Formats: sequence, C-alpha cells, structure tokens
Amino acid sequence: MTAEIEYTNLSGISGPLIFVDGVAGVGYGDIVEIRDKTDRLRIGQTLEIDQEKAVVQVFEGTSGLSVTDTRVTFVGRALEIPVDRDMLGRVFDGLGRPIDGAPQVVTDRVMNVNGLPINPWSREYPRDFIQTGISAIDGMNTLIRGQKLPIFSGSGMPHNRIAAQIARQARILTAEEEFTVIFAAMGVKFDVARFFIDSLEESGVLTHSAIFLSLADSPSIERLVTPRTALTLAEYLAFEEGMHVLVILTDMTNYCEALRELSSSRGEIPSRKGYPGYLYSDLASVYERAGRLKGGRGSITQVPILTMPSDDISHPVPDLTGYITEGQIVLERALFNKGIYPPIAGLPSLSRLMKDGIGEGRTRRDHGQVAAQLFASYAKVKRIRALAAIVGEEELSELDKIYLKFGTAFEEIFLRQDYEENRSIEQTLDIGWRMLSLLPKDELYRIGREEIQRYYMPEAENT
Amino acid sequence: MEDVLAGKVIAVNGPIVRAQGLGGIKMFDIAEVGADRLIGEVIRLAGEIAIIQVYEDNTGLKPGDEVISYGRPLSVLLGPGLIANIYDGIQRPLVGISEACGSYIRKGIKLSPLDTQKKWDFRPLVKAGGVAGEGTLLGEVRESPLVMHRVLVPPGVSGKLTKLAPAGAYTIEEEIFTVEAETGTYAGRLAAYWPVRRPRPNRNRKKPVVPLITGQRIIDTFFPIARGGTAAIPGGFGTGKTMTQHALAKWCNADIIVYIGCGERGNEMTDVLTDFPKLIDERNGRPLIERTVMIANTSNMPVPAREVSIYTGVTIAEYYRDMGYSVAVMADSTSRWAEALRELASRLGDMPAEEGFPPYLATRLAEFYERAGLVETLSGSDGDITIIGAVSPPGGDFSEPVTQHTSRFVRCFWALDKTLADARHYPSISWIESYTEYLADIEDWWKTLDARWFDIRNEAMNILLEDHRLEQVVKLVGSDALPPAQQYILLCAETIKNAFLQQNSFDPEDKFCSPEKQIRILSGLLLLYRRGLDLVQKGVGVKQIAALDAVSGLVRLKSEIPNRDLSGIDAHLQRLEEALAALAAAPTGG
Ligand SMILES: Nc1ncnc2c1ncn2[C@@H]1O[C@H](COP(=O)(O)OP(=O)(O)O)[C@@H](O)[C@H]1O
Ligand SMILES: [Mg+2]
Repeated sequence: MTAEIEYTNLSGISGPLIFVDGVAGVGYGDIVEIRDKTDRLRIGQTLEIDQEKAVVQVFEGTSGLSVTDTRVTFVGRALEIPVDRDMLGRVFDGLGRPIDGAPQVVTDRVMNVNGLPINPWSREYPRDFIQTGISAIDGMNTLIRGQKLPIFSGSGMPHNRIAAQIARQARILTAEEEFTVIFAAMGVKFDVARFFIDSLEESGVLTHSAIFLSLADSPSIERLVTPRTALTLAEYLAFEEGMHVLVILTDMTNYCEALRELSSSRGEIPSRKGYPGYLYSDLASVYERAGRLKGGRGSITQVPILTMPSDDISHPVPDLTGYITEGQIVLERALFNKGIYPPIAGLPSLSRLMKDGIGEGRTRRDHGQVAAQLFASYAKVKRIRALAAIVGEEELSELDKIYLKFGTAFEEIFLRQDYEENRSIEQTLDIGWRMLSLLPKDELYRIGREEIQRYYMPEAENT
Repeated sequence: MEDVLAGKVIAVNGPIVRAQGLGGIKMFDIAEVGADRLIGEVIRLAGEIAIIQVYEDNTGLKPGDEVISYGRPLSVLLGPGLIANIYDGIQRPLVGISEACGSYIRKGIKLSPLDTQKKWDFRPLVKAGGVAGEGTLLGEVRESPLVMHRVLVPPGVSGKLTKLAPAGAYTIEEEIFTVEAETGTYAGRLAAYWPVRRPRPNRNRKKPVVPLITGQRIIDTFFPIARGGTAAIPGGFGTGKTMTQHALAKWCNADIIVYIGCGERGNEMTDVLTDFPKLIDERNGRPLIERTVMIANTSNMPVPAREVSIYTGVTIAEYYRDMGYSVAVMADSTSRWAEALRELASRLGDMPAEEGFPPYLATRLAEFYERAGLVETLSGSDGDITIIGAVSPPGGDFSEPVTQHTSRFVRCFWALDKTLADARHYPSISWIESYTEYLADIEDWWKTLDARWFDIRNEAMNILLEDHRLEQVVKLVGSDALPPAQQYILLCAETIKNAFLQQNSFDPEDKFCSPEKQIRILSGLLLLYRRGLDLVQKGVGVKQIAALDAVSGLVRLKSEIPNRDLSGIDAHLQRLEEALAALAAAPTGG
C-alpha cells in the first residue's frame, strides 16, 4: 500500500489549506498527518485530489507551517474518534482528544466523525414530551425527545442561561431513563464554556456529561469538526448504549463562519453573504444527526445555539438553520430590553414536532388549542400595539384595550419566569388559561366549546 | 454479452469525478466507480475525459481506481410493487437497505427497486396473434387494493403479438409477452426500465378542465388547480409548505400520489411513512399508502442523488399516467433540487448566473414542470399529472431566482405569508399574493355542482380585497374611525378568514372539507354579509351583529359539522337568518 508514504514538500499554503504535489494512492476525504519542523502534529483532510496534487484542509490551522520542512503523511481513512461510556465526565478538544489532564480513554471502538445518513425508513417519529419547566417552551413551543430545536439569539441575550436551564430541568413525565448532556463549544470564549460546566456541575449532571471545546483561541477550522465529534459520541451513547442524549452546540454562527473561511480559501463561488452554496447541505449533515431509531431505546435531542448577526433572522445562518431544524426558539431584543427573562419571542418561535407530542395522554387535552389561541391573540396584540403607537391608546376600541391588557399579562406573567423556576405543564397551561380568560369568550375562536366550558375563568376567579 | 467500458479515475472533487479511458461512453450513461462500484452518471464529456457525478458517498475514492460502464442511461425500473414503496433519489429501496445494513445508509449497496421474488396475478385481456402497438393494453395485475396495474406495450415497441402468457402468477422477471417487430423481437415482462431524464411519450396534450379537489378550502374555492396543472408553494421556513404538501397528498382526489422528499427533513418522511398506512381515505375506505409512492432523498443524503430524485419521481408518475390514471406529484422542495444543481455546477466550474445558480436553471425548471399535463396516452385513454412544487426562498424573499423562474412555468401560485403563519393562521396561503390561471378552465365543473359557485367565490374574494384596502387605512386611524358600512366589511372579512380560510390539518373534521361543504359555509358567510350590510345601513350597530351567537358560531361550523351530513349548516344558517331578522325588527334592542 502506497498510502503511508511521507511527502516532504508543499506546493502551497492558502488559509487553512495546504497543497501537496506528486502524491499517489491518496483517497478523497482521507485523513492527513502534518508535522512541522518542531515535530508538532496536526490533522488534516483531503478535499480534492487528482493525479498530481492533493488539496488538504488542516484542522489546527496552518499558522507556523512552511512550504519546506513540512512532512505530510496520508493515513488512508476518514477521521475517527474513540467512543466509550467512560468519556462521560471528561473534557476534550474539537478533535476528541482529552484536554482535562486525564489519560486518553481506552477502548477499541472507534467511529468515523462524519457519521452516515440515517435511513428515513429506520427513524422512529419523535413524540415524547420533554418538560423543560419553561412556560414559553412547554406551553407554546414544546420540545420533543429526538427533536432538533435551536435557539436563535442575538449578542448579549441570555441564550446560554436558557440552554443551561433546559439542561437542568429537562424531564420526561412518563419514565426515568438514563439522561446525559453533551456540550460542544465552537469559537466561544472560555467564560461561556465555564458557565456551562459550572451549571452542569451545580445540577449534578457534570459527571455524566461530555464536553468538547474548540474555543475562540483555537484555529477556526477545528470548529468544523467539533460538532461532528460531539455528535459521534452522542450517536454511540444513544443508539448503541440506549441513552437519552441532549446535545448543546454553541455557537453555530462561528461554525458557519469557519466554513465560509474555508470556502473562500478554496476560491469557491459564494452564494449569499459570502457563504458557500452548500451551507444548507453542510448544516443538514450536522442537524440531521438527531432523532430516534426504530427499535432503539435512546435518542439524540439537539439544542444548537446561534447568534443572529444584527438580530437578523433572514441572515443565511439562522435562515438555513430554520429550514433544517424542527422549529426554532427565537429570542427577542424588545422583550429582553423590558427585562423579561426568558425573552422568547411569541410569534416567530415554533416547534414543528409539538403537534404529535401533546394532547390527551401526553400533556393535556386542551394544550394544542390553548397554544394556538395564545399565538393568535398575541398576534392581534402586536397589531393593536402598532395602531396604538399611531392613534394613541385612548382612541382604541374597548376590545382593543382589553387585548393590550392581555398582551402585558402574557409577557409579564406567562413568559416571565425565574432562572430557577421550574413550572409543571399543568401550571403552564393554567397560567395560559388565566391569560386567555382576560379576553371575552367570543374571542377564543381557536378553542372548542367544551374546553371553554371547562377551563375559562369568570372574572371573579381570575385575579 | 454486454459491452463493458473500463477506465480510470483521474481526479476527485467531492461527488464530481473525472475519468479517462471510457471511449464510446455517452452522456447520461451510468458509470460504476471504484472498488465499491458506486453509482454515478456521466454528466459531461470533454474530449477523452468523462465527468461523472457520483450518487453515493465517495470518500476514499482515489485517482487510479477503476470505472466501468455498460453504456446504459440512468433509469428507473417500472412495474408492479412501486406502490407503498419508498426509494432514495436513484430508486434504491430504503426498506431493503435497512434490512441489508441497519439504520444507516451505507455506500455501494445494490438492490433491485422491485421485489424480484414476488409473484403477481396476471390476467391477460387480449389474445396473442394480433397487432400490438405502443400502449396496447395486454393485461392487468392487482398491485394494491386501490391500484389496478395495467400491462401495456412500452413506448417504441410495435408489431405482432406473438406470445402472451396465460392467466397466472409471475415475477417481474418472467417473460409475459413477445412482440415481433421489424427491428427484432421484444420480450416483455411485468417490469421494464425507462431513462429518468427522458419524458415518456403520449399521443397529444389536452386542456385540463377538471379541478383537483384537495379538500383545502382556500385552494379549492379561491385558487383551484386543475388535474394536469402545475402549482408552486413558495414560503419561508415554518410557513407551512410541507404541511400543505402533506395535506394534499392525503386528501386530494388523484388516483396515485408520488411524494418526493427532496433535500428536506428525515422525520417528515418518517411522518408520512407512519401516517399513511393508518389514515383511511373516506372515498374508498382504504389506507392512503395504497395509492402512494415515496421518494426520500433527505438533506443529509448525497446531494447528486437529490438532483435526480425529482426526475425519478416524475418518471414513475408518467408510468401510472400512461395507464390512464390521474397522478399528483408533490416535490418538497424544488429549491433544494436547484441548490444541488448549483453545487454540482460550481464543482464543474460553470460560470454562474444569478446568485451562483447556473444559467440553465430556468430551462431545467421549465422541463420539469412541462412533464405535468393532461394527455391522451399511447393507449388512447386520458391520464394526467399534476405537479405541486414547494419553493424555499432564502430569507423568505420571493425575488430570488428559483421563485422567480418557477412562477414563470407554473399556473398556480400559492404564496405563503409569514405574518399569517406567525399568527398561526394556517394554511398561511395569502389571498392577496396568490393566483391561479385555471379558474376559467374549471368553472364549468363547479357550476354543475352548484350554479352559484363562481359568483359566491368572486363576491367573497371582493370582500377580502376590500378588507385588505381598508386595513391600510385602519393601520393609520383605527377601525372606529371608519363609517359603519366599512366596519361591517372588516367584520365579515374577519369571519371569512376565521370560519373559512383558516383550516386546521390536525382537526379530525376540518382536515378535509368537501366541495359541497365549502359552498355551504361560504354561502352562509355571504348571507351574513348581505343581510347584515342591509341592517347596518338601516342603523343597526355593527357590534350588535357581531355579538349574535349565530355569528360567532359560524367559526365552528367547519369543525363541528361533518362532511357526510351538512344539515347542521342549514340549521345554523336558519338561526342566523332569524337572529338577523329579529335585529331588523327591533334595531335598538339586543
Ligand atoms: N394547515 C395547518 N394546520 C395546522 N398547523 C399547520 C398547518 N400548516 C402548518 N402548520 C404548522 O406550521 C408548522 C410548520 O409547517 P411546515 O409545513 O413544516 O412549514 P415549512 O415546510 O414551510 O417549513 C407545522 O409544524 C405546524 O405546526
Ligand atoms: Mg418544509
């Protein structure tokens, strides 16, 4: 086999890419070991290959590499990491190597970080309700086990706290099963990682969590592997060990920027905002690694976090994410500025898997209708507020004024809750009814007569 | 013996592979690449070099690896057993793949798209000895309780029918008939290959005049599509493209559904797979799966196969059309197909036109939608294909190339509106931006159902348009500043939106609304409009009318009155008339 030949000269370096001439027997996607003068080892991957030349991306970046004095070996297989239960409680870099001082995990089991596409026929449709204890999520944007539900945030907003609160409070109502958290950080500051580690520790789950860090000071190209490494371990734990894994990926915007950087070093034709045309497919190869399998016990639930540049939801990163994930939790600057935690936007947030995970026998029979009505009524509040800004509140009709009262109560009582506050789904729905009961019965056109009969509160009781 | 061409890989760039030494290979021929014999297709020829797009994960492929080709074009296998099946973009059976290699799709798997062991009960309908032309009906096979599979002489074959198998059970590989043609002998089986990129021929195209009934009120009543027509559903993420496609696949009255999940979510296909066997079609009491073929090339599956998936789907549709069926094709999402095209074009180094898309995007879109239509088949019967494509514009902005080009080639445009979706008004099809060009074509069909249909529809549409105009004023001054008659239009439009346009796919009664029920509800809403407007002009307060129980109750008709017994609507409208009459008698009361 010619694959293990060492090549000593590069024909060029560009951004995270190196070009190696005169290669033979190298496969597309093969892993490459690169050693510089000081013998420091870096890992790379072949992106393009023809009869003479290979294009290789270097995950640790090319800084310090020179065209001469660099030794390159093509290993002849894709990037793999060891996977094992013993990886829980440990901290790794983006390529899956321990950075917590403890030794490498000993196991024979290695898996390709790129995974394989799940056969749609082999998926089990996710339906199990996860109670997060957060009303805006449980009541209106329900998280389901096996779902991919991102948080769309903006700089300075409390996405990390919300994710940490979910990780701490998440609970399945029906059964106690093995639950674990995998946290992957791409290009964020150390404080963010520290915050998650501390909060996992406080809630006592750190010992069965695994942490993958590729922080702001690591080469940006490493961020492209980090979520894949984390998801590879997640797949092993979920689908071979039967665990329920919550994967938090932060910040996907940094991931996408790394991809843009790589694409531009390759001289590819950009599509929107300089991002490559394949950003959608690339993101899908990360996000689609969530779900459940037929006949399997475990699940992977993904909560990716991304910051929307200038709070713009139509920016390619949130836009393409929303096209792939099963909904989105959107944080809203206006609510945040009002001091409301969690500032979860009432209208653009959505959980696509909610419909099959709620209702009688799962949460409560009225759940779907209450959610639909809250959305519809709050949409009306938004319209009336826009009008009030022009004509003044006094000029509004009586009914419109009632809607404004409902809107304030919805934000201050339903949405707002404490970082430590863990509401049951019953409590959430009851608060929902208290809000809806501020409106006249006739306005509740998304709710059936029976439910109104049963849950609508006459004014006297609603204080 | 088939001729085998053999060459070598010289370069690999993602799924695009360059190979040398395949002299004589043709455009769109299949090539098998590398030791795993990955399926690829020749998409360009440049001198000695064949450029091949590989439909499977090709990591590990190296220059020097072998490439072989039998000189056959990329084809689908058409025969009994397609129904209720699910395939990837190049028609590999996903059920078989999961049996062979578990939950993940591994590369290099080769399985027949159709069960080669299964015996089908064939019944001949003619006798050997006669003349057999293209499309001649030879016999039939019961493919599913809903689908009678007609065995036809394939396009391009005609001559003397020298042999026809007697009634009995046959596999798709057994010889069923022989046609002695001038060019040679054709041995016919229950299944045959057809190249995916070549439309199947027909005798001639006809003008569609029958609507595809979807059970979705805003579509059937306001923006109907004809059987054999084309429609696009553009909308940003979360606006309801997939749900609309699912609703149509479930409830539209086509004979056969081809559902193509093109570069979208895995779980959405799983949803179809779990739902359709359980959902019963009220029209025939059978599970929906018995008329459905599924193609799933989800976003995480190889991108080149996504490009082929829509052709695979539409070729299967043509096959059933040729049997005289009415076929509906849902493609979710054509934007992902266009992106696959863009990605491959960029790897080929093609000069981009708009937003990185290749200049031939528009041509390819046109060719795809052109495969829809009502035709006289080669057998002389009528068959049709309706194509409904979802479009996913970046940032929800309809000015982008895929939406723009698509709108040139479709005649129905169901524009999804983010504001409606945010307010959870579903389906969030905008009644302002959407259009259909089939109204005049299908008017007669509706009029035989109810002579008033066209007038009712137009009157309701005018109320909605007037409301839209008034809303611009209300935004500035509030509704109380409008004269009562205009306030009343707002009330009626609001009622039409909530009682008619809004339709809940999860409600057991509301998910499908029969044409009769649509007409009844809408005529009730117009009754409210006409009588009420009269009262308002006589001085009755708009709020008095709005406060009537019979008015607020209109919103619940859609979910409380079953399709099979509409008498409840008549009873309700009776009460409405009485209540309005009472207001007229005592205008200052209430
Ligand atoms: N007709 C409908 N009835 C009820 N809910 C709907 C309907 N259409 C869409 N929805 C809701 O909107 C969500 C997103 O719809 P979907 O069709 O998946 O959007 P898209 O494909 O445009 O991204 C669904 O998960 C569902 O909750
Ligand atoms: Mg969709």
